[in-house]
Amino acid sequence: MSDLTEDVLGETVVEINYDELIPNNVDLMNDKQLKKALESWQPKYVDWWNEAGPVNTKDFEVYLRTAVGVDPKGWAKFGHVKMPDYRWGILLAPKEEGRTIPFGKHKGEPVWQEVPGEYRALLRRLIIIQGDTEPASVEQQRILSATAPSLYDMRNLFQVNVEEGRHLWAMVYLLVKYFGREGRQDAEGMLERRSADEDKPRILGAFNEATDDWLSFFMFTYFTDRDGKMQLASLAESGFDPLSRTCRFMLTEEAHHMFVGETGVGRVIQRTCEAMEEAGITNVNDIEAVRKLGVIDLPTLQKKINFHVSVTSDLFGAEVSTNGASAFIAGIKGRFNETKIDDDHQLNDDNYTVTRAVDGKLVDVEETAHNAINSRLLDDYHDDAAGGLGRWNKVIKRAGFDFKLTLPYKGFSRKIGTFSEDFITPDAQVVTEAEWNAKKDEWLCTDSDNAFIQSLMVPCKEKGKYAGWIAAPRVGINNQPEDFEYVKLF
Amino acid sequence: MIDFQTNPESYNHWKLKFDGSVATLSMDVNPDKTLVEGYKLKLNSYDLGVDIELYDAVQRLRFEHPEVKTVIFNSANEKVFCAGANINMLSVSSHAHKVNFCKFTNETRNSIEDASEFSKQRYLCAVKGVAAGGGYELALATDHIILSDDGSSAVSLPEVPLLAVLPGTGGLTRVVDKRKVRRDRADIFCSLEDGILGQKAVDWRLVDEVAPGSKFDAAVQHRALEMAKTSDRPDEEIGVKFTPLNRKITDDTITYDYVDVKIERNKSIATITVKSPNSDDLAGSTANLAGLTLDEALSAGADFWALAACRQLDDAILHLRANEKEMGTLILKTEGDSATVLAYDDFVNRNQSNWFMREISLYWRRTLKRIDLSSRTIFTYVDQGSCFVGMLAEFLFAADRAYMLEDQFDEDCRPAPSIVLTASNFGSFQMSNGITRLETRFLGEPESVDICKTKIGKKLTAEDCNKLGLVTDIYDSLDWNDELRIMVEERVSYSPDCLTGMEANLRFAGPETMETKIFGRLTAWQNWIFQRPNAVAEGGALKLYGTGVRAKYDMNRV
Repeated sequence: MSDLTEDVLGETVVEINYDELIPNNVDLMNDKQLKKALESWQPKYVDWWNEAGPVNTKDFEVYLRTAVGVDPKGWAKFGHVKMPDYRWGILLAPKEEGRTIPFGKHKGEPVWQEVPGEYRALLRRLIIIQGDTEPASVEQQRILSATAPSLYDMRNLFQVNVEEGRHLWAMVYLLVKYFGREGRQDAEGMLERRSADEDKPRILGAFNEATDDWLSFFMFTYFTDRDGKMQLASLAESGFDPLSRTCRFMLTEEAHHMFVGETGVGRVIQRTCEAMEEAGITNVNDIEAVRKLGVIDLPTLQKKINFHVSVTSDLFGAEVSTNGASAFIAGIKGRFNETKIDDDHQLNDDNYTVTRAVDGKLVDVEETAHNAINSRLLDDYHDDAAGGLGRWNKVIKRAGFDFKLTLPYKGFSRKIGTFSEDFITPDAQVVTEAEWNAKKDEWLCTDSDNAFIQSLMVPCKEKGKYAGWIAAPRVGINNQPEDFEYVKLF
Repeated sequence: MIDFQTNPESYNHWKLKFDGSVATLSMDVNPDKTLVEGYKLKLNSYDLGVDIELYDAVQRLRFEHPEVKTVIFNSANEKVFCAGANINMLSVSSHAHKVNFCKFTNETRNSIEDASEFSKQRYLCAVKGVAAGGGYELALATDHIILSDDGSSAVSLPEVPLLAVLPGTGGLTRVVDKRKVRRDRADIFCSLEDGILGQKAVDWRLVDEVAPGSKFDAAVQHRALEMAKTSDRPDEEIGVKFTPLNRKITDDTITYDYVDVKIERNKSIATITVKSPNSDDLAGSTANLAGLTLDEALSAGADFWALAACRQLDDAILHLRANEKEMGTLILKTEGDSATVLAYDDFVNRNQSNWFMREISLYWRRTLKRIDLSSRTIFTYVDQGSCFVGMLAEFLFAADRAYMLEDQFDEDCRPAPSIVLTASNFGSFQMSNGITRLETRFLGEPESVDICKTKIGKKLTAEDCNKLGLVTDIYDSLDWNDELRIMVEERVSYSPDCLTGMEANLRFAGPETMETKIFGRLTAWQNWIFQRPNAVAEGGALKLYGTGVRAKYDMNRV
């Protein structure tokens, strides 16, 4: 493997300016306003990384992918790099000439290249909320490298971390480029809030929950990063073209995070099944016996799924929301796969069915399609998340066990939205508070479940080796051999 | 287009007569010369066109006739003094027009009071016949009302029983606040269709004196001369003729000698730029200006920059108010040489004992008030090449927000902008609330006014201004265009009604005065009543007036 600089220099793409520290295709060199903003922000960002990013890792040399351009050749350059030296870039999907606003009341008008003053506040809020999640997840995961089950996994964690960092750069680019002084202040605010900080917490609740074990990390990257994907996909439809282009490129990276999550959980399941087979255990619900094997039993995995899905569902906001409606009508935030949907993309006379719990039963209520935008995105999310579960269940089935992981019902254990006052089981039964509390421990991890998971979190730092609770991956990153040194630890 | 420029030769409704220190301004409304079609101005009733001429007359009396110490205000119609605003005109007008009309008529009545108080040009109202509604309000604007005691002349406010709208032009503020009529008597007065005659009108403080019909003219003449004695206006001075404005109007521009207006219809913005004189104008260079004499200033007359710029600005604002209602945001800018503006400002201030310089100062004060009272968003931009000095620096404080450029644009070699405060900013230009804009601005921190005072005459940079609290914010050249564009776009997206209300509520902090009460009550009550079905619905009193049919009211109190 050639060293990073040479590799990059060898394949210079016209739109990228390599004279700069920051890979970009936004003509940073000639944009004084942007340069000025980043000159002040970039050192603060590095300070933030060193202070709130992965703990005790600054000298690690990590086999990372760096995006230096947006074409297939440029967006995945591999090489060992120390994370504080990582080249976080500003990359937007190429401009589509003649693009028009795909939905809402401005549908068909040319997309905005500048922030329309009328929607400034709305756009700014959306970008800040999206941007805040990116550094938040890095902070949530900062202690994980100490207990990595392998160098391969540690590398994947860091890859996710640096890319979340780059996603912050992407949102900060929009703020400082298009929102003037307030935008620059907002950009600094991104570095001032901290996950789970009492005084200055991150904006969304789920991003103040610690990710303190690797199973949580895999679940997070599968379920919560998938919320990120849905949000980015909706914003990629935006009539504000720079936001759309930014999000389109971010989506290519977000896909990798979900890959880490899906294969991570899959490898845990695979290892559990292998261990049960080896030990001759046939009853998957014999938790004690399974745990004695040093692997995570399937019922506990189901509980983790239940938790992450419910917390993530809250990130979609209230199912029926005037903010959601405003953003859609304004042409700021569309639906998932907006342009592929076959309708008028304005929805002025349309309805959408939203489920509510009424008198102990779930009933379908018609809401205006505008007000139900969030509800629709949540439904799309549940459909999208089901795919990975199918593949996980195949692993279980292939091993000959009778157990099926399922997505909990969207109304299960919600703190926000139409179900926030209700008590609903994972299989969509409306129950009383007392009934729900009595069964809670069957659905969500107890302290002892968490303690068990924690007990497995013992690092494995040997090349090509894996902790006992997780299987090896089928293929290496960038097709590297099994014993590749993904992270040089000194 | 509604044109606010006129002159005595083209008046349709007023006659001016001069006799030494006394002038007579007679209302003689031509019923057919209406501003728009659809009504006739019977019985000396008025529309905006009548008031535009009145405003012109009041202005010219001040500037063109320094020798006039008393103005007699009377009617050329024997039977009726003035019947007030024309009801059919009100009933065919849009709400916006009614509001604009009321605002302008009040500003004009305030300018009559202003002429008396500050220019010492007294107004005497000689009421023969009936002064009803807005007609009585005209009388109320003067210093002294003489009512003919002839058994038929009367003053009245019949709006409540007849029209279901608020009486007068300024609501009832002048009745109770200026003339201090007892509230129960005022209550009765407001419910009498025929009004009050003779001595009772004096007893109730509604007029100052009565004179028998036969001795009325002599009494008026006597009173006029008595009032003239209280004036300090000069006896022999020659006035300054208001020559026609050199104004060009195109689709998107209005251009005067020292004022440019640029209209951006798609953005709902009008940018007003006031410019300092060019070097080839009189006293155009600071060198000449330094040795300027009062005689030279007087002979420059209406071309004297400090007057010319003010007249042009006044006309521009009135034009935008009446003819460009959708231009909801006015951006105030200046352009030119700060030293020249400073020299003019200083000259005007140094010579306040001269009637002409006093008039110029007072005119700026009224025009700046007109900005305060404009129901438009006002932003002031201080950028390169600007000359915000003295009277022009008031634009910073008259604005809802003011922004200043910190540095220079690459392609522009002019220095970064600065502003200069002068004595003008600390006492020449009181707002309607009776205190200066800086005092109003720093109501919670009066010491800031004193600190600013120590900076008189100094060039203040953006950073200085920001520190002193004189501007809303400062931006450098990298941010300037974007920040301002976004701010204006955001502003334009808000409800114009809501902005008008918000701005008016924020602009007039501090003491309440008769003027603030008039505009506040007019806005709150008259504009509310003008929207209500009891007045303006098909079966409302205003619509039914003259048909003999009585309105049926919705009896719910709101």
